[in-house]
Amino acid sequence: MAAGVAAWLPFARAAAIGWMPVANLPMPVAPAEKNKRQDEMIILNVSGRRFETWRNTLDRYPDTLLGSSEKEFFYNEDTKEYFFDRDPDVFRSVLNFYRTGKLHYPRYECISSYDEELAFFGIISEIIGDCCYEEYKDRKRENAERLMDDQEDNKDAKPPNMTFREAMWRAFENPHTSTMALVFYYVTGFFIAVSVITNVVETVPCGSSPNQKEVPCGERYTVAFFCMDTACVMIFTVEYLMRLFAAPSRYRFMRSVMSIIDVVAILPYYIGLVMTDNEDVSGAFVTLRVFRVFRIFKFSRHSQGLRILGYTLKSCASELGFLLFSLTMAIIIFATVMFYAEKGSSSSKFTSIPASFWYTIVTMTTLGYGDMVPKTIAGKIFGSICSLSGVLVIALPVPVIVSNFSRIYHQNQRTDKRRAQKKARLARIRIAKQGTSNAFLDSKKNGLFNEALEFTSPEEEQHLRKTTSLLENQHHHLLHCLEKTTNHEFVDEQYYQQSYLEAGLQTYPSRSPSLSSRDGATGTCCTRRSKNRHAPLQNASGPPHMEPLTHQRGLQELSTIHILPLSTSRSSLNEPASLNCRITTAIISIPTPPETTPEGDAHLPTGPAHQNVVKVSAL
Amino acid sequence: SNYLQRLEMTTVCHRPEGLDQLEAQTNFTKQELQILYRGFKNECPSGVVDEETFKHIYAQFFPHGDASMYAHYLFNAFDTTNNGSIKFKDFVMGLSILLRGTLREKLEWTFHLYDINRDGYINREEMTEIVRAIYDMMGKFTYPALKGDVPQQHVDAFFQKMDKNKDGVVTLEEFIIACQEDETMMNSMQLFENVM
Repeated sequence: MAAGVAAWLPFARAAAIGWMPVANLPMPVAPAEKNKRQDEMIILNVSGRRFETWRNTLDRYPDTLLGSSEKEFFYNEDTKEYFFDRDPDVFRSVLNFYRTGKLHYPRYECISSYDEELAFFGIISEIIGDCCYEEYKDRKRENAERLMDDQEDNKDAKPPNMTFREAMWRAFENPHTSTMALVFYYVTGFFIAVSVITNVVETVPCGSSPNQKEVPCGERYTVAFFCMDTACVMIFTVEYLMRLFAAPSRYRFMRSVMSIIDVVAILPYYIGLVMTDNEDVSGAFVTLRVFRVFRIFKFSRHSQGLRILGYTLKSCASELGFLLFSLTMAIIIFATVMFYAEKGSSSSKFTSIPASFWYTIVTMTTLGYGDMVPKTIAGKIFGSICSLSGVLVIALPVPVIVSNFSRIYHQNQRTDKRRAQKKARLARIRIAKQGTSNAFLDSKKNGLFNEALEFTSPEEEQHLRKTTSLLENQHHHLLHCLEKTTNHEFVDEQYYQQSYLEAGLQTYPSRSPSLSSRDGATGTCCTRRSKNRHAPLQNASGPPHMEPLTHQRGLQELSTIHILPLSTSRSSLNEPASLNCRITTAIISIPTPPETTPEGDAHLPTGPAHQNVVKVSAL
Repeated sequence: SNYLQRLEMTTVCHRPEGLDQLEAQTNFTKQELQILYRGFKNECPSGVVDEETFKHIYAQFFPHGDASMYAHYLFNAFDTTNNGSIKFKDFVMGLSILLRGTLREKLEWTFHLYDINRDGYINREEMTEIVRAIYDMMGKFTYPALKGDVPQQHVDAFFQKMDKNKDGVVTLEEFIIACQEDETMMNSMQLFENVM
């Protein structure tokens, strides 16, 4: 139950009066409030600093130290206050959590001391409010990185049942996951390097025989190079086909950049195989060999930085565009000016404006080859202005690109981490929330409802009563009333599906005669039963995980709660004296020997025949 | 208009009437009013509760199912002035009837809760709405599994019990008489006497 709205529980319970006319069953007894310590101030002395608050403020979160009975261990009888030997500054945040329902992380606190205080007071760190959560997590992460070794553990534990295809894809995408994948990774890397080096060495002039001019190695050792090329291309082809096979979405894979690079890298070879040694197409063939250099881009699978560089260039498209545009503008302006300035001088290399472009570019990028130089004074003046402005124009967009790269690089790293954190955090919060809705089902199963405990002797009560707070008892009583009103029970998902299946398999047998006879003898409520109440009894096994408590037969006085084992067979329900029942029963019998009768939630107290038996049904 | 309403409610701060006046008008003691107000103010610092907040609070108690419809009807029952918000005074007056009122007052309050359109009669449609809203709070995972016509059976049983002259509607007097005849219900109504 959301403890933050605990103050509204009385209202919710009062509003339950609206269900009463609709309900056909009697309502369960309300939990009694033994000692009404509702409106009491308590003093918390934390290392000398006194904090005062209402008792029910602390009771809002019963699963923490201050909200549960654990704080009694710190109670000081003499001073009538609770003394904690902890840091009072951090305690401020802790107490504010109770008051406002939001836990804040003060920025000046050391992260580990804060964690220790939270652990001491039994508060999980996941409920830190959104305003402070990111800061908290950042600090925690920094701290952990500083303290721990730089061991990167395997982030994805291998899911147990993966198809061969999925396993292959995973091996391709994350080479660190298995040895095979690592081997494959390095082998392909090696062959890419070999292929690139081969292409380079092919053009180097090897030694030649004296009567011939120097030939490049490629033409001298044609066969060797051809074999090398074939081997590399085969490896690449096999790799491409394997990736294509393993890809979860083949169409998407074929459209991806990496696969296009793969294809372009191996295509020239096949085209070369297909084409005959024809004169007119050999020119085109030579051009195709240029594309072999694209194999070097295959390295981007092996290098994260290269991928990010490519991504940066893509995302910096606007800055690059600006650079290009401004450069073009400047080039045209200066080329025109230089052309007209040098027009007068003879033997000037500045023959036309496009010819001046080359000079302008070389000057603006401060290259200065010196193949074209101005000779006139005006030309030299404008030439110097050109080179100065070149420095400025180029220097401007470069920092933008660099900072983009840096930002994307760090963002890339942070995004993955944040995604993993978010999933884990949400999962933990969901589990905590589920705990509250399961609390009701759990207390049902253990059958330790308060009303039954009313009648037990005090000693028994001590060890039978779980430490459920009064607030929880009242909340559970409210949910119990709702069950009675609608004549249906809350169950958990597992059990619901189980019973759903069974309901589909077998039909309901008719009402057992034993029950109806007993029913006939009963008094008031039976006559107004609605039709759907026979169902629960005939349906078979209830939640399979109820633990039988010990019970002593033959007790003459008030007995303990008796939880019966579940019935798994329907036929047994037809026996009148059958002890199998789906739900627990507590029978308090005074003079007569104790007798347990089956009772489902459709139940009705037994009639006048058993008047000495005061039956209290506990679900 | 919803946005403006919300804006208005966050900026305007409603203060309740004085403690003495409320004590005179309700059946609560000063202490109890103090406790109630502290809880109220904690959830609604602006001093009024709008329907969304109300539904949200009520839904916290029923995590299994969907309490929004029943909360809607409850809200309308508490909002006696029909202006879309509950002030502390409305809240406390309603609670006073529910917890400390006479039996007749409680039954009247319940009748007004069921009578959605406030015409003085409860007809089948209204009752079906209410029962459906109650069943919605149970959620999906119940035992036995909820079939479609279960609320209808409840409604039929209700009308059979309450509608004496079989004219298809239940009036206030029929309702009160029928309830007073039902001992179980009388006991149930007293159940929450000592909630505060």
